[in-house]
Amino acid sequence: MSTSISHASRQRSSARRVIPGFGLTLGVTLLFVCLIILLPLSALFFQLGQLGFADYWRIISSDRTLAAFRVTISAALMATVFNACFGLLLAWVIVRYKFPGKRLLDALIDLPFALPTAVAGIALVALYDRNGWMGMLLAEMNIKVAYTWWGIAIAMTFTSVPFGVRTVQPVMESLKLDIEEAAQTLGARDIQVFRHIIFPQLWPSFIMGASLAFARSLGEFGAVIFIAGNMPYKTEIASLLIMIRLDEYDFPAASAIAGTLLLLALVVLVLANIATGRAGRHLSREAKGWQLQPCILRCAP
Amino acid sequence: MGLEIENVSKSYGSNLVLDAVDLDVQPGEFVALLGPSGSGKTTLLRIIAGLQFAEGGRLVMEGEDITGLEARLRRFGMVFQSYALFEHMSVADNTAFGLKMRPRGSRPSRSGIGERVKTLLDMAEIGHLAERYPSQLSGGQRQRVALARALAIEPRLLLLDEPFSALDTKIRKGLRSALRDLQRKVGISAILVTHDQEEAFEIADRIAVMSEGRIEQFGTAEELLRTPASPFVAEFLEGMANYENQGAGI
Repeated sequence: MSTSISHASRQRSSARRVIPGFGLTLGVTLLFVCLIILLPLSALFFQLGQLGFADYWRIISSDRTLAAFRVTISAALMATVFNACFGLLLAWVIVRYKFPGKRLLDALIDLPFALPTAVAGIALVALYDRNGWMGMLLAEMNIKVAYTWWGIAIAMTFTSVPFGVRTVQPVMESLKLDIEEAAQTLGARDIQVFRHIIFPQLWPSFIMGASLAFARSLGEFGAVIFIAGNMPYKTEIASLLIMIRLDEYDFPAASAIAGTLLLLALVVLVLANIATGRAGRHLSREAKGWQLQPCILRCAP
Repeated sequence: MGLEIENVSKSYGSNLVLDAVDLDVQPGEFVALLGPSGSGKTTLLRIIAGLQFAEGGRLVMEGEDITGLEARLRRFGMVFQSYALFEHMSVADNTAFGLKMRPRGSRPSRSGIGERVKTLLDMAEIGHLAERYPSQLSGGQRQRVALARALAIEPRLLLLDEPFSALDTKIRKGLRSALRDLQRKVGISAILVTHDQEEAFEIADRIAVMSEGRIEQFGTAEELLRTPASPFVAEFLEGMANYENQGAGI
């Protein structure tokens, strides 16, 4: 008697979802995704849709646009490579060692997110300008940073530092020490332990952090324009060119550049997602937990 | 000429975890460190492995002083309670790891490594799982992989840190005899840390009963039961007298 009741109730509950609230949470989530992400983007694509492919191609393949893309992408790549490596190092230091000021360092990492990017840009100019501390020092060595490509790369690096650290850090914290100890007892040197045991586990988050930093750098505006010099063909970034076209009421051109930038960022993020999914396919469920991370996409205004 | 542990002490802050411990392991012998949790048995094992270092005392392996030697240079195979498998590598790659990490001069050839891995996996009765990943294995299978991986480096000593405690009773018994067979076949000495009296009695040649950082008594199962050296040993092994009687009855 009692067994038949429990059997029946088990059957009924198995037809329902294990975690309650699916309909409500998904509904609210989708609503917000539509309002906050999809609506502005669809306006952009609507504008883009007004444009024929020939016109689009003419705008994109013009010398000035191509130059702006070249500057933006190369500087973003530079910032990404730097932040991926530096982020790994910084996360390592914070997770693995104890030292005075560790909490402060940990808090400082988020500063580039908290600071208005324009403020960051102005601060960087003050520092790297001919009269700034770094600027004077570098001028003696005949290196010019402010108003050059290097200035752009530095501004992009500054604003995307947190991605490199914050994606890798939690995964590094969750690494189990006994796995490294096992590798040691099997005869692996420290560098081999890092190369064969630690890094492969960090790889998915490393790739994700790098691609987020890249996407963010592509669309960076506030921090860059103050230090870039903004010379067409030389130090003009794509998001500034969008602004210029908007000022000229050339909405199709602005939307064409913005759409291309957005597409580029999306492709990079999707590729990164595929890559991390492949890398994590053998990991157990717990080890995969970190993949439920927010995917922050910031692109052309 | 096996492993000699002389006067090893270790403390965490003011808390003495190992108090002048002496122990010797003969070649080919299976020794169990048996004691309640907090008795210092795992710390002792980790000091033997070189994952922690003692504050006083000496470790001598086959006449060589290894007290300050790094873990990677000791060539001691270790099996962890949590398996500690490399999740991103297949079973075969896990097993081959120790051989692949060797410097070029002493590393076997690719095919040599492959053959050795195959032999070991067959010995551990998991040859058919070579291409699987650890996440696709059961607990018992994982521990067999860990065992094969530890044996791959042709260790001078096998260290086992509560290797069966995460497994259910039935699998535990099967694995226990598999481990004992494997250890005899390879002919190396082994040290097993456990809090399970039955496990220690069944598998070990000699048992060191530990309590509060000291070895209370070190001897064969029979010696421990016949002439317990202290009230603690007698009390700790109380239930085992029946076990021995049953054994005698068979």
